[in-house]
Amino acid sequence: MSTTVANTGTEVKTWGGGNEPLKASYGKMMMWFFIVSDALTFSGFLAAYGFSRFKFIDSWPIADEVFTHVPFLHGQELPMIYVAFMTFVLIMSSVTMVLAVDAGHHLNKAKVTIYMFLTIIGGLIFVGSQAWEWATFIQGDFGAVQTKGGNILQFVDAEGHRVALRDFVEVGEHERVQQERKNGIWFVKEGTLPTYTVEEVIHGLEKHENVLVRTQILNEHGHKTVLTRAESLKQLKANGKHVVEGANLKENEYGSPLFADFFFFITGFHGFHVFSGVIINIIIFFNVILGTYEKRKSYEMVEKVGLYWHFVDLVWVFVFTFFYLV
Amino acid sequence: MAHAHKLEIFRGLVKFKSNTQKIWGVLIFLTIITAVEVVLGIYKPEVLMGHVLGMKALNWIFIILTLVKAYYITWDFMHMRDETKALRRMVVWTAIFLILYLMFILLQEGGYVFDVYDNGYIKRDF
Repeated sequence: MSTTVANTGTEVKTWGGGNEPLKASYGKMMMWFFIVSDALTFSGFLAAYGFSRFKFIDSWPIADEVFTHVPFLHGQELPMIYVAFMTFVLIMSSVTMVLAVDAGHHLNKAKVTIYMFLTIIGGLIFVGSQAWEWATFIQGDFGAVQTKGGNILQFVDAEGHRVALRDFVEVGEHERVQQERKNGIWFVKEGTLPTYTVEEVIHGLEKHENVLVRTQILNEHGHKTVLTRAESLKQLKANGKHVVEGANLKENEYGSPLFADFFFFITGFHGFHVFSGVIINIIIFFNVILGTYEKRKSYEMVEKVGLYWHFVDLVWVFVFTFFYLV
Repeated sequence: MAHAHKLEIFRGLVKFKSNTQKIWGVLIFLTIITAVEVVLGIYKPEVLMGHVLGMKALNWIFIILTLVKAYYITWDFMHMRDETKALRRMVVWTAIFLILYLMFILLQEGGYVFDVYDNGYIKRDF
Protein backbone atom coordinates (compact mmCIF):
# COMPACT_ATOMS: atom_id res chain seq x y z
CA MET A 1 0.00 0.00 0.00
CA SER A 2 1.85 3.03 -1.22
CA THR A 3 -1.09 5.24 -0.32
CA THR A 4 -1.23 4.67 3.43
CA VAL A 5 -3.15 7.49 5.03
CA ALA A 6 -1.07 8.05 8.16
CA ASN A 7 2.70 7.65 7.91
CA THR A 8 4.50 6.99 11.14
CA GLY A 9 8.02 7.40 9.86
CA THR A 10 8.86 3.79 10.63
CA GLU A 11 8.15 2.40 7.18
CA VAL A 12 11.61 0.99 6.58
CA LYS A 13 12.25 -0.54 9.97
CA THR A 14 11.23 -4.22 10.05
CA TRP A 15 10.52 -4.30 13.79
CA GLY A 16 9.29 -0.74 14.11
CA GLY A 17 5.80 -1.39 12.81
CA GLY A 18 6.67 -0.57 9.25
CA ASN A 19 6.22 -4.11 8.00
CA GLU A 20 2.90 -5.06 6.41
CA PRO A 21 2.81 -8.81 6.07
CA LEU A 22 -0.88 -8.74 5.11
CA LYS A 23 -0.37 -5.93 2.57
CA ALA A 24 -3.30 -4.07 4.09
CA SER A 25 -3.27 -0.84 6.07
CA TYR A 26 -4.03 -0.87 9.78
CA GLY A 27 -7.44 0.76 9.32
CA LYS A 28 -8.60 -1.68 6.68
CA MET A 29 -7.47 -4.67 8.68
CA MET A 30 -9.27 -3.44 11.78
CA MET A 31 -12.42 -2.93 9.72
CA TRP A 32 -12.15 -6.56 8.64
CA PHE A 33 -11.75 -7.74 12.23
CA PHE A 34 -14.69 -5.61 13.35
CA ILE A 35 -16.74 -7.19 10.57
CA VAL A 36 -15.79 -10.68 11.78
CA SER A 37 -16.97 -9.88 15.31
CA ASP A 38 -20.15 -8.24 14.04
CA ALA A 39 -20.82 -11.25 11.82
CA LEU A 40 -20.63 -13.42 14.93
CA THR A 41 -23.19 -11.20 16.70
CA PHE A 42 -25.60 -11.54 13.79
CA SER A 43 -25.04 -15.27 13.53
CA GLY A 44 -25.78 -15.48 17.26
CA PHE A 45 -29.17 -13.86 16.61
CA LEU A 46 -29.92 -16.02 13.60
CA ALA A 47 -28.84 -19.20 15.37
CA ALA A 48 -31.09 -18.27 18.31
CA TYR A 49 -33.92 -17.79 15.80
CA GLY A 50 -33.13 -21.26 14.46
CA PHE A 51 -33.19 -22.65 18.00
CA SER A 52 -36.65 -21.23 18.70
CA ARG A 53 -37.92 -22.39 15.36
CA PHE A 54 -36.67 -25.94 15.86
CA LYS A 55 -38.20 -25.87 19.32
CA PHE A 56 -41.65 -25.06 17.83
CA ILE A 57 -41.05 -26.71 14.46
CA ASP A 58 -44.65 -27.97 14.16
CA SER A 59 -46.34 -24.62 14.86
CA TRP A 60 -44.06 -21.85 13.51
CA PRO A 61 -45.77 -19.07 11.47
CA ILE A 62 -45.43 -19.30 7.66
CA ALA A 63 -43.50 -16.19 6.56
CA ASP A 64 -45.26 -16.17 3.18
CA GLU A 65 -48.57 -15.51 4.94
CA VAL A 66 -47.12 -12.76 7.14
CA PHE A 67 -45.29 -10.52 4.68
CA THR A 68 -47.74 -10.21 1.80
CA HIS A 69 -48.07 -6.45 1.48
CA VAL A 70 -46.70 -4.04 -1.08
CA PRO A 71 -47.12 -0.27 -0.63
CA PHE A 72 -49.94 1.30 -2.69
CA LEU A 73 -51.35 -2.12 -3.57
CA HIS A 74 -53.92 -2.58 -0.83
CA GLY A 75 -55.64 -5.87 -0.30
CA GLN A 76 -53.54 -7.82 -2.77
CA GLU A 77 -51.65 -10.85 -1.58
CA LEU A 78 -48.15 -10.51 -2.98
CA PRO A 79 -45.79 -12.53 -0.81
CA MET A 80 -42.05 -11.87 -1.16
CA ILE A 81 -42.32 -9.15 -3.79
CA TYR A 82 -41.56 -6.21 -1.54
CA VAL A 83 -38.75 -7.98 0.32
CA ALA A 84 -37.23 -8.94 -3.01
CA PHE A 85 -37.38 -5.27 -3.99
CA MET A 86 -35.65 -4.28 -0.74
CA THR A 87 -32.94 -6.89 -1.33
CA PHE A 88 -32.39 -5.57 -4.81
CA VAL A 89 -32.14 -1.96 -3.54
CA LEU A 90 -29.49 -2.97 -1.04
CA ILE A 91 -27.46 -4.97 -3.59
CA MET A 92 -27.74 -2.03 -5.99
CA SER A 93 -26.45 0.40 -3.35
CA SER A 94 -23.61 -2.05 -2.74
CA VAL A 95 -22.77 -1.81 -6.42
CA THR A 96 -22.70 1.99 -6.41
CA MET A 97 -20.45 1.73 -3.33
CA VAL A 98 -17.90 -0.48 -5.14
CA LEU A 99 -18.06 1.88 -8.08
CA ALA A 100 -17.25 4.76 -5.68
CA VAL A 101 -14.29 2.78 -4.30
CA ASP A 102 -13.13 2.05 -7.84
CA ALA A 103 -13.41 5.72 -8.81
CA GLY A 104 -11.45 6.53 -5.65
CA HIS A 105 -8.59 4.35 -6.84
CA HIS A 106 -8.46 6.49 -9.97
CA LEU A 107 -8.63 9.67 -7.81
CA ASN A 108 -11.76 10.73 -9.69
CA LYS A 109 -13.48 13.07 -7.23
CA ALA A 110 -16.57 13.80 -9.36
CA LYS A 111 -17.40 10.13 -9.83
CA VAL A 112 -16.82 9.26 -6.17
CA THR A 113 -19.25 12.06 -5.22
CA ILE A 114 -22.01 10.80 -7.52
CA TYR A 115 -21.65 7.17 -6.50
CA MET A 116 -21.52 7.99 -2.79
CA PHE A 117 -24.68 10.06 -3.21
CA LEU A 118 -26.49 7.18 -4.95
CA THR A 119 -25.36 4.80 -2.20
CA ILE A 120 -26.84 7.07 0.46
CA ILE A 121 -30.14 7.28 -1.44
CA GLY A 122 -30.26 3.49 -1.73
CA GLY A 123 -29.65 3.13 2.00
CA LEU A 124 -32.43 5.60 2.81
CA ILE A 125 -34.91 3.78 0.55
CA PHE A 126 -34.04 0.54 2.33
CA VAL A 127 -34.45 1.96 5.86
CA GLY A 128 -37.73 3.59 4.81
CA SER A 129 -39.00 0.30 3.40
CA GLN A 130 -38.11 -1.47 6.58
CA ALA A 131 -39.96 1.13 8.66
CA TRP A 132 -43.01 0.62 6.45
CA GLU A 133 -42.78 -3.13 6.85
CA TRP A 134 -42.53 -2.79 10.62
CA ALA A 135 -45.59 -0.52 10.66
CA THR A 136 -47.59 -3.01 8.58
CA PHE A 137 -46.51 -5.90 10.79
CA ILE A 138 -47.37 -4.04 14.02
CA GLN A 139 -50.74 -2.95 12.68
CA GLY A 140 -51.66 -6.49 11.68
CA ASP A 141 -54.00 -7.81 9.12
CA PHE A 142 -56.77 -10.26 10.01
CA GLY A 143 -56.82 -10.33 13.80
CA ALA A 144 -56.91 -13.51 15.88
CA VAL A 145 -57.90 -14.87 19.28
CA GLN A 146 -55.31 -15.94 21.82
CA THR A 147 -56.06 -18.96 23.97
CA LYS A 148 -55.39 -19.46 27.67
CA GLY A 149 -52.31 -21.46 26.76
CA GLY A 150 -50.95 -18.61 24.61
CA ASN A 151 -51.75 -20.20 21.25
CA ILE A 152 -53.32 -18.31 18.37
CA LEU A 153 -56.66 -19.16 16.76
CA GLN A 154 -57.13 -17.66 13.30
CA PHE A 155 -60.24 -17.68 11.11
CA VAL A 156 -60.70 -19.06 7.61
CA ASP A 157 -63.64 -19.63 5.28
CA ALA A 158 -64.65 -23.00 3.81
CA GLU A 159 -62.04 -22.72 1.01
CA GLY A 160 -59.27 -22.06 3.53
CA HIS A 161 -58.85 -18.34 2.77
CA ARG A 162 -58.17 -16.11 5.75
CA VAL A 163 -61.12 -14.14 7.13
CA ALA A 164 -60.55 -10.92 9.03
CA LEU A 165 -62.35 -10.34 12.34
CA ARG A 166 -63.95 -7.17 10.91
CA ASP A 167 -65.67 -9.30 8.24
CA PHE A 168 -67.78 -11.40 10.61
CA VAL A 169 -67.71 -9.80 14.06
CA GLU A 170 -70.03 -6.98 15.07
CA VAL A 171 -69.04 -4.51 17.74
CA GLY A 172 -71.54 -4.48 20.60
CA GLU A 173 -71.72 -2.51 23.82
CA HIS A 174 -68.39 -2.43 25.61
CA GLU A 175 -68.49 -2.22 29.36
CA ARG A 176 -64.76 -2.41 29.68
CA VAL A 177 -63.04 0.91 28.92
CA GLN A 178 -59.36 1.60 28.52
CA GLN A 179 -57.64 2.34 31.81
CA GLU A 180 -55.93 5.71 31.59
CA ARG A 181 -53.50 7.39 33.93
CA LYS A 182 -55.87 10.29 34.61
CA ASN A 183 -58.73 8.21 36.03
CA GLY A 184 -58.90 5.30 38.42
CA ILE A 185 -55.62 4.40 40.04
CA TRP A 186 -53.39 7.25 38.93
CA PHE A 187 -50.22 5.29 38.30
CA VAL A 188 -51.80 2.50 36.28
CA LYS A 189 -52.43 2.60 32.57
CA GLU A 190 -52.81 0.01 29.85
CA GLY A 191 -52.41 -0.29 26.13
CA THR A 192 -55.16 0.17 23.58
CA LEU A 193 -57.94 -2.36 24.01
CA PRO A 194 -58.74 -4.62 21.05
CA THR A 195 -61.70 -3.58 18.90
CA TYR A 196 -63.67 -6.71 19.81
CA THR A 197 -64.16 -8.86 22.88
CA VAL A 198 -63.97 -12.64 22.80
CA GLU A 199 -67.77 -12.85 23.38
CA GLU A 200 -68.38 -10.77 20.26
CA VAL A 201 -66.09 -13.05 18.26
CA ILE A 202 -68.01 -16.10 19.55
CA HIS A 203 -71.32 -14.46 18.52
CA GLY A 204 -69.89 -13.67 15.10
CA LEU A 205 -68.68 -17.24 14.64
CA GLU A 206 -72.09 -18.64 15.67
CA LYS A 207 -73.85 -16.42 13.14
CA HIS A 208 -71.54 -17.12 10.19
CA GLU A 209 -71.83 -20.76 9.24
CA ASN A 210 -68.93 -20.78 6.80
CA VAL A 211 -66.23 -19.46 9.15
CA LEU A 212 -63.85 -21.99 10.70
CA VAL A 213 -61.02 -21.81 13.22
CA ARG A 214 -57.46 -22.48 12.11
CA THR A 215 -54.86 -23.48 14.70
CA GLN A 216 -51.09 -22.97 14.73
CA ILE A 217 -50.29 -26.66 14.26
CA LEU A 218 -48.78 -27.54 10.88
CA ASN A 219 -49.97 -30.76 9.23
CA GLU A 220 -47.75 -33.11 7.23
CA HIS A 221 -48.13 -30.93 4.09
CA GLY A 222 -46.85 -27.85 5.93
CA HIS A 223 -50.30 -26.22 6.10
CA LYS A 224 -52.02 -25.00 9.25
CA THR A 225 -54.70 -27.29 10.68
CA VAL A 226 -58.31 -26.20 10.09
CA LEU A 227 -60.88 -27.38 12.64
CA THR A 228 -64.39 -28.58 11.85
CA ARG A 229 -67.35 -26.31 12.58
CA ALA A 230 -68.21 -28.03 15.86
CA GLU A 231 -64.61 -28.15 17.04
CA SER A 232 -64.13 -24.50 16.07
CA LEU A 233 -66.94 -23.32 18.34
CA LYS A 234 -65.88 -25.64 21.13
CA GLN A 235 -62.24 -24.57 20.99
CA LEU A 236 -63.07 -20.86 20.89
CA LYS A 237 -65.58 -21.05 23.74
CA ALA A 238 -63.42 -23.23 25.96
CA ASN A 239 -60.04 -21.57 25.47
CA GLY A 240 -60.45 -18.12 23.85
CA LYS A 241 -58.97 -15.55 26.20
CA HIS A 242 -58.51 -12.31 24.33
CA VAL A 243 -58.45 -10.75 20.90
CA VAL A 244 -55.08 -9.98 19.30
CA GLU A 245 -54.74 -7.42 16.53
CA GLY A 246 -51.30 -7.00 15.02
CA ALA A 247 -48.01 -7.87 16.64
CA ASN A 248 -45.79 -6.59 19.42
CA LEU A 249 -43.19 -8.09 21.74
CA LYS A 250 -45.83 -9.78 23.92
CA GLU A 251 -48.38 -11.12 21.47
CA ASN A 252 -48.58 -11.76 17.77
CA GLU A 253 -51.66 -12.47 15.67
CA TYR A 254 -49.58 -14.47 13.18
CA GLY A 255 -48.57 -17.14 15.68
CA SER A 256 -45.78 -17.62 18.17
CA PRO A 257 -44.79 -14.34 19.90
CA LEU A 258 -41.16 -15.44 19.50
CA PHE A 259 -41.55 -14.95 15.76
CA ALA A 260 -42.39 -11.28 16.30
CA ASP A 261 -39.63 -10.88 18.92
CA PHE A 262 -36.98 -12.20 16.57
CA PHE A 263 -38.39 -10.21 13.68
CA PHE A 264 -38.11 -6.97 15.64
CA PHE A 265 -34.72 -7.88 17.06
CA ILE A 266 -32.97 -9.11 13.95
CA THR A 267 -34.38 -6.72 11.35
CA GLY A 268 -34.14 -3.94 13.94
CA PHE A 269 -30.47 -4.63 14.61
CA HIS A 270 -29.83 -4.85 10.89
CA GLY A 271 -31.84 -1.67 10.24
CA PHE A 272 -29.76 0.06 12.90
CA HIS A 273 -26.63 -1.01 11.02
CA VAL A 274 -28.04 0.37 7.77
CA PHE A 275 -28.97 3.60 9.52
CA SER A 276 -25.51 4.08 11.03
CA GLY A 277 -24.02 3.11 7.67
CA VAL A 278 -26.02 5.89 6.02
CA ILE A 279 -24.77 8.39 8.64
CA ILE A 280 -21.14 7.32 8.12
CA ASN A 281 -21.62 7.45 4.35
CA ILE A 282 -22.97 11.00 4.67
CA ILE A 283 -19.90 12.07 6.67
CA ILE A 284 -17.57 10.53 4.09
CA PHE A 285 -19.65 12.07 1.30
CA PHE A 286 -19.08 15.55 2.72
CA ASN A 287 -15.38 14.81 3.19
CA VAL A 288 -15.23 13.87 -0.48
CA ILE A 289 -16.95 17.11 -1.49
CA LEU A 290 -14.64 19.17 0.74
CA GLY A 291 -11.67 17.54 -0.96
CA THR A 292 -10.19 15.94 2.17
CA TYR A 293 -9.20 12.78 0.32
CA GLU A 294 -8.14 14.74 -2.74
CA LYS A 295 -5.52 16.46 -0.53
CA ARG A 296 -4.43 13.11 0.97
CA LYS A 297 -4.12 11.67 -2.52
CA SER A 298 -5.91 8.62 -1.15
CA TYR A 299 -9.54 7.59 -1.02
CA GLU A 300 -8.92 4.74 1.41
CA MET A 301 -11.58 6.02 3.81
CA VAL A 302 -14.18 5.37 1.09
CA GLU A 303 -12.87 1.84 0.84
CA LYS A 304 -13.20 1.31 4.60
CA VAL A 305 -16.81 2.51 4.87
CA GLY A 306 -17.38 0.53 1.68
CA LEU A 307 -16.37 -2.64 3.54
CA TYR A 308 -18.88 -1.84 6.28
CA TRP A 309 -21.61 -1.11 3.76
CA HIS A 310 -21.07 -4.37 1.90
CA PHE A 311 -21.14 -6.20 5.19
CA VAL A 312 -24.61 -4.78 5.89
CA ASP A 313 -25.69 -6.10 2.48
CA LEU A 314 -24.09 -9.46 3.25
CA VAL A 315 -26.03 -9.78 6.50
CA TRP A 316 -29.28 -8.91 4.73
CA VAL A 317 -28.71 -11.76 2.26
CA PHE A 318 -28.78 -14.15 5.23
CA VAL A 319 -31.70 -12.45 7.00
CA PHE A 320 -33.65 -12.62 3.72
CA THR A 321 -33.04 -16.35 3.43
CA PHE A 322 -33.67 -17.37 7.01
CA PHE A 323 -36.57 -15.06 7.78
CA TYR A 324 -38.49 -14.93 4.52
CA LEU A 325 -37.51 -17.94 2.41
CA VAL A 326 -36.70 -20.99 4.51
CA MET B 1 -3.38 -1.03 -5.65
CA ALA B 2 -5.22 0.79 -8.38
CA HIS B 3 -4.60 -1.83 -11.03
CA ALA B 4 -4.10 -4.90 -8.87
CA HIS B 5 -7.61 -6.30 -9.19
CA LYS B 6 -8.06 -9.89 -10.23
CA LEU B 7 -10.64 -9.81 -12.98
CA GLU B 8 -11.59 -13.47 -13.32
CA ILE B 9 -14.68 -15.04 -11.77
CA PHE B 10 -16.01 -18.63 -11.88
CA ARG B 11 -12.41 -19.94 -11.63
CA GLY B 12 -11.34 -18.13 -14.77
CA LEU B 13 -14.37 -19.05 -16.87
CA VAL B 14 -15.35 -15.39 -17.21
CA LYS B 15 -12.69 -12.71 -17.46
CA PHE B 16 -13.57 -9.03 -17.43
CA LYS B 17 -11.65 -6.21 -19.07
CA SER B 18 -11.91 -3.73 -16.19
CA ASN B 19 -12.91 -3.66 -12.55
CA THR B 20 -16.03 -1.63 -13.36
CA GLN B 21 -17.12 -4.23 -15.85
CA LYS B 22 -16.56 -6.98 -13.30
CA ILE B 23 -18.78 -5.15 -10.78
CA TRP B 24 -21.68 -5.01 -13.26
CA GLY B 25 -21.10 -8.63 -14.19
CA VAL B 26 -21.32 -9.71 -10.56
CA LEU B 27 -24.45 -7.57 -10.08
CA ILE B 28 -26.17 -9.38 -12.96
CA PHE B 29 -25.17 -12.73 -11.47
CA LEU B 30 -26.47 -11.79 -7.98
CA THR B 31 -29.73 -10.46 -9.44
CA ILE B 32 -30.34 -13.70 -11.31
CA ILE B 33 -29.76 -15.71 -8.13
CA THR B 34 -32.14 -13.49 -6.12
CA ALA B 35 -34.77 -13.77 -8.87
CA VAL B 36 -34.48 -17.57 -8.81
CA GLU B 37 -34.87 -17.56 -5.02
CA VAL B 38 -37.95 -15.33 -5.16
CA VAL B 39 -39.63 -17.40 -7.90
CA LEU B 40 -38.95 -20.63 -6.02
CA GLY B 41 -40.16 -18.97 -2.80
CA ILE B 42 -43.46 -17.92 -4.36
CA TYR B 43 -44.30 -21.07 -6.32
CA LYS B 44 -42.69 -23.66 -4.03
CA PRO B 45 -42.57 -26.48 -6.62
CA GLU B 46 -43.94 -29.74 -5.24
CA VAL B 47 -40.92 -31.64 -6.63
CA LEU B 48 -38.58 -29.86 -4.21
CA MET B 49 -40.66 -30.49 -1.10
CA GLY B 50 -39.11 -33.90 -0.45
CA HIS B 51 -36.70 -34.23 2.43
CA VAL B 52 -32.98 -34.49 1.77
CA LEU B 53 -30.67 -34.99 4.79
CA GLY B 54 -33.39 -34.00 7.26
CA MET B 55 -34.45 -30.80 5.50
CA LYS B 56 -36.63 -29.89 2.52
CA ALA B 57 -34.70 -29.90 -0.76
CA LEU B 58 -36.02 -26.38 -1.43
CA ASN B 59 -34.47 -25.09 1.81
CA TRP B 60 -31.12 -26.64 0.88
CA ILE B 61 -31.31 -24.81 -2.45
CA PHE B 62 -32.04 -21.52 -0.66
CA ILE B 63 -29.13 -21.96 1.74
CA ILE B 64 -26.67 -22.93 -0.99
CA LEU B 65 -27.73 -20.00 -3.20
CA THR B 66 -27.32 -17.69 -0.19
CA LEU B 67 -23.79 -18.93 0.40
CA VAL B 68 -23.00 -18.41 -3.30
CA LYS B 69 -24.27 -14.82 -3.03
CA ALA B 70 -22.27 -14.26 0.16
CA TYR B 71 -19.15 -15.55 -1.59
CA TYR B 72 -19.43 -13.11 -4.48
CA ILE B 73 -20.30 -10.14 -2.24
CA THR B 74 -17.25 -10.82 -0.09
CA TRP B 75 -14.85 -11.77 -2.87
CA ASP B 76 -15.73 -9.12 -5.46
CA PHE B 77 -17.51 -6.24 -3.71
CA MET B 78 -15.33 -6.37 -0.60
CA HIS B 79 -12.25 -7.22 -2.70
CA MET B 80 -11.38 -10.31 -0.68
CA ARG B 81 -10.06 -11.76 -3.95
CA ASP B 82 -7.28 -9.17 -3.94
CA GLU B 83 -6.20 -9.58 -0.31
CA THR B 84 -3.33 -11.81 0.82
CA LYS B 85 -4.07 -15.43 1.57
CA ALA B 86 -3.29 -14.90 5.28
CA LEU B 87 -5.81 -12.08 5.76
CA ARG B 88 -8.43 -14.00 3.82
CA ARG B 89 -8.03 -17.10 5.97
CA MET B 90 -7.98 -15.17 9.22
CA VAL B 91 -11.32 -13.55 8.43
CA VAL B 92 -13.16 -16.33 6.61
CA TRP B 93 -12.07 -19.44 8.50
CA THR B 94 -12.57 -17.87 11.92
CA ALA B 95 -16.11 -16.79 11.06
CA ILE B 96 -17.06 -20.04 9.32
CA PHE B 97 -15.73 -22.28 12.10
CA LEU B 98 -17.44 -20.37 14.92
CA ILE B 99 -20.74 -19.99 13.05
CA LEU B 100 -20.94 -23.67 12.09
CA TYR B 101 -20.22 -24.62 15.69
CA LEU B 102 -22.92 -22.30 17.06
CA MET B 103 -25.48 -23.39 14.46
CA PHE B 104 -24.89 -27.06 15.22
CA ILE B 105 -25.15 -26.63 19.00
CA LEU B 106 -28.29 -24.47 18.94
CA LEU B 107 -30.21 -26.35 16.25
CA GLN B 108 -29.43 -29.68 17.89
CA GLU B 109 -30.63 -28.33 21.22
CA GLY B 110 -33.79 -26.81 19.69
CA GLY B 111 -34.66 -30.14 18.08
CA TYR B 112 -34.09 -31.88 21.39
CA VAL B 113 -36.41 -29.51 23.26
CA PHE B 114 -39.07 -30.08 20.60
CA ASP B 115 -38.80 -33.83 21.06
CA VAL B 116 -39.11 -33.47 24.81
CA TYR B 117 -42.37 -31.53 24.38
CA ASP B 118 -43.59 -33.84 21.63
CA ASN B 119 -43.01 -37.07 23.56
CA GLY B 120 -44.79 -35.88 26.67
CA TYR B 121 -41.73 -34.55 28.50
CA ILE B 122 -39.87 -37.85 28.51
CA LYS B 123 -36.95 -38.19 26.14
CA ARG B 124 -35.44 -41.46 27.35
CA ASP B 125 -37.17 -43.96 29.57
CA PHE B 126 -34.52 -46.19 31.09
